[in-house]
Amino acid sequence: MALAKLTLHPLDKYLRTDRLPHIWCPGCGIGIALGAMLRAIDRRINEGRLDRNKVVFVTGIGCSARVSFYVDFDSAHTLHGRALPFATGVKLANPSLEVIVVGGDGDVAGIGGNHLLHAAKRNIDLFVVMITNFVYAMTGGQLAPTTPLKVYTTTTPHGNPEPPLNVIKLVASLNANYVARASITTPHYIEMFTYKALGMKGFRFLEVISTCPEVYGRHIGLRNPVTMFEELKKRVKYKPNPVIDESDIDWEKGIVIGEYVVRNNPSYLDLVKRG
Amino acid sequence: MRREFLSGNRAIAEAAILSGLKFYAGYPITPASDLMEYLAEKLPRYGGIVVQFEDEIASINAAIGASWAGVKAMTATSGPGFSLMAEGVSLAVATETPVVVVDIMRAGPSTGIPTKATQSDVYQARWLAHGDYTIPVFAPWSVQDCYDMTIKSFNVAEKFRTPVVLLSDANIAHMWETLYVKEPGEVEIIERKKPSAPPDDYRPYKPDEDLVPPMAVFGEGYKVIVESLVHDELGYYRQDSETYREMVTRLNEKIRRGVGYIYEQEEYWVEDSDVVVVAYGSTARMVYPVVKALRQRGARVGFLRLKTLWPLNEEWLWKSLSRAGKVVVVENNTGRLYLDVARIAGSARTFFSPVITVDPPKFNEVMEAVARWL
Repeated sequence: MALAKLTLHPLDKYLRTDRLPHIWCPGCGIGIALGAMLRAIDRRINEGRLDRNKVVFVTGIGCSARVSFYVDFDSAHTLHGRALPFATGVKLANPSLEVIVVGGDGDVAGIGGNHLLHAAKRNIDLFVVMITNFVYAMTGGQLAPTTPLKVYTTTTPHGNPEPPLNVIKLVASLNANYVARASITTPHYIEMFTYKALGMKGFRFLEVISTCPEVYGRHIGLRNPVTMFEELKKRVKYKPNPVIDESDIDWEKGIVIGEYVVRNNPSYLDLVKRG
Repeated sequence: MRREFLSGNRAIAEAAILSGLKFYAGYPITPASDLMEYLAEKLPRYGGIVVQFEDEIASINAAIGASWAGVKAMTATSGPGFSLMAEGVSLAVATETPVVVVDIMRAGPSTGIPTKATQSDVYQARWLAHGDYTIPVFAPWSVQDCYDMTIKSFNVAEKFRTPVVLLSDANIAHMWETLYVKEPGEVEIIERKKPSAPPDDYRPYKPDEDLVPPMAVFGEGYKVIVESLVHDELGYYRQDSETYREMVTRLNEKIRRGVGYIYEQEEYWVEDSDVVVVAYGSTARMVYPVVKALRQRGARVGFLRLKTLWPLNEEWLWKSLSRAGKVVVVENNTGRLYLDVARIAGSARTFFSPVITVDPPKFNEVMEAVARWL
């Protein structure tokens, strides 16, 4: 862009700084997640393993989807729930592109759930980062597929009667080559997992547990950003080789992060070429 | 150029390949499935790919994504699937994405009669989705027309950066006729405009004189922004009246201004006729012999076939119909395009004469519908 671009931070070269300040609330975890992802991308670019002009960010709608506003790569801010099919079209039309999908849990696993299941089943060559905040935040605090049982939301004022969806378990049960979980309280793992996933083929899925004090925090009595961060940090446990049965998110027992699935099944592109 | 014997759906597939189709996304639905089956077998040999997606929502969105990755993309469906594509078509409008959507009409509403044709979805083709927009809609009446208008659909999509609807129906889809197909180089194939500005000066939604912005695609270093929200020239979200007004005005105006290129109609004995029958698509196939037979009996009746349903070239249409005492619109629905024709030709002399049938309209049925007004 011919506009004034500030570079005050080493990662600013990957941001449309003229669009800052961003819309994310104080205490929101999306910026931490994005920062960690950009560090991983930066490492790959510096190592000559990734061409900056071949990176495409595809997002749907929601707070996390606004990532495509701020990254200075080819980017698409598409429809609610539809980032995965859009990204699939991009990747199949030009396989040389490194396509990264970012979205919230509502966007990716709620309205986009059917696409998520089929993208994982195909093992399509995409890297998906789902930032989980347990609530629909942009629209004002409604029920999400990940909202824990009995939690108050604006559309479940008497408590959520639905058990939450474990997206890690869902994606792992399909054909994805990589399924991992990190937390914004552990940005080094976000970076590590992103770095690793970008070097793999097939469907790669990373869930990032995030903080949303402004909306979800209000619902569960953790309105203070620092308190919410601390409470999440207390509950997150890294395990080197977690098993799928440990992936249920339980605020009481803790949240296990780590690499749940690492495999090398033939990707969709591999199989299509063989056809 | 060579003669072939094809079905309507196969003619669309062949013309799409000639136009440079490289990505087809679809979901099984009668009467469009055989178009995908034919392409699935053939397109890979031309370096393209056909993917059966999980639904029509995924199909349209994947086609839009593929278009932004720099290839020509298409999907085909019928009423129910087209309904599911609504939001995707709206995304293609807002992001100015060239994409061809083939809608092969069947009988509706709801699941209707999957194997039978009507013209019940013409307004769906026009105003499928939310928002203030105009998209080109073409209505072939023969296998040859399916072939020619598919090429035209791709050309219009690329030239104007717009989704285009090719509105066929179950009758034409599965009818076999001889047609002339073109060899590469025998017909103009239009490609989208590329930006001449270097990446640092590129504004993804800054229009040229023709109101169409040049289109950079992913992977070229242009840092493209595909934006579904209301956006300015940079692709940045804006919430003010001025940006919104400018955007929707231009999106509609670029199509309206292109009407000379987009619009086509055919006239038969319109010059000296007291009564002119207006029809399109598979219904028009039977209007033609009926009007011809009436003329042989001495009736001063003409026939005007709309090849482009929207945008209508209203001046041309008005001029063609200006001499007629009566204008009779014959459609296989309860009166859709009639509303436009009545507005343009004048409601006092425009009459609607439906032929509502799920089988190809018979000679006698159409004769009755036309003769009533003579």
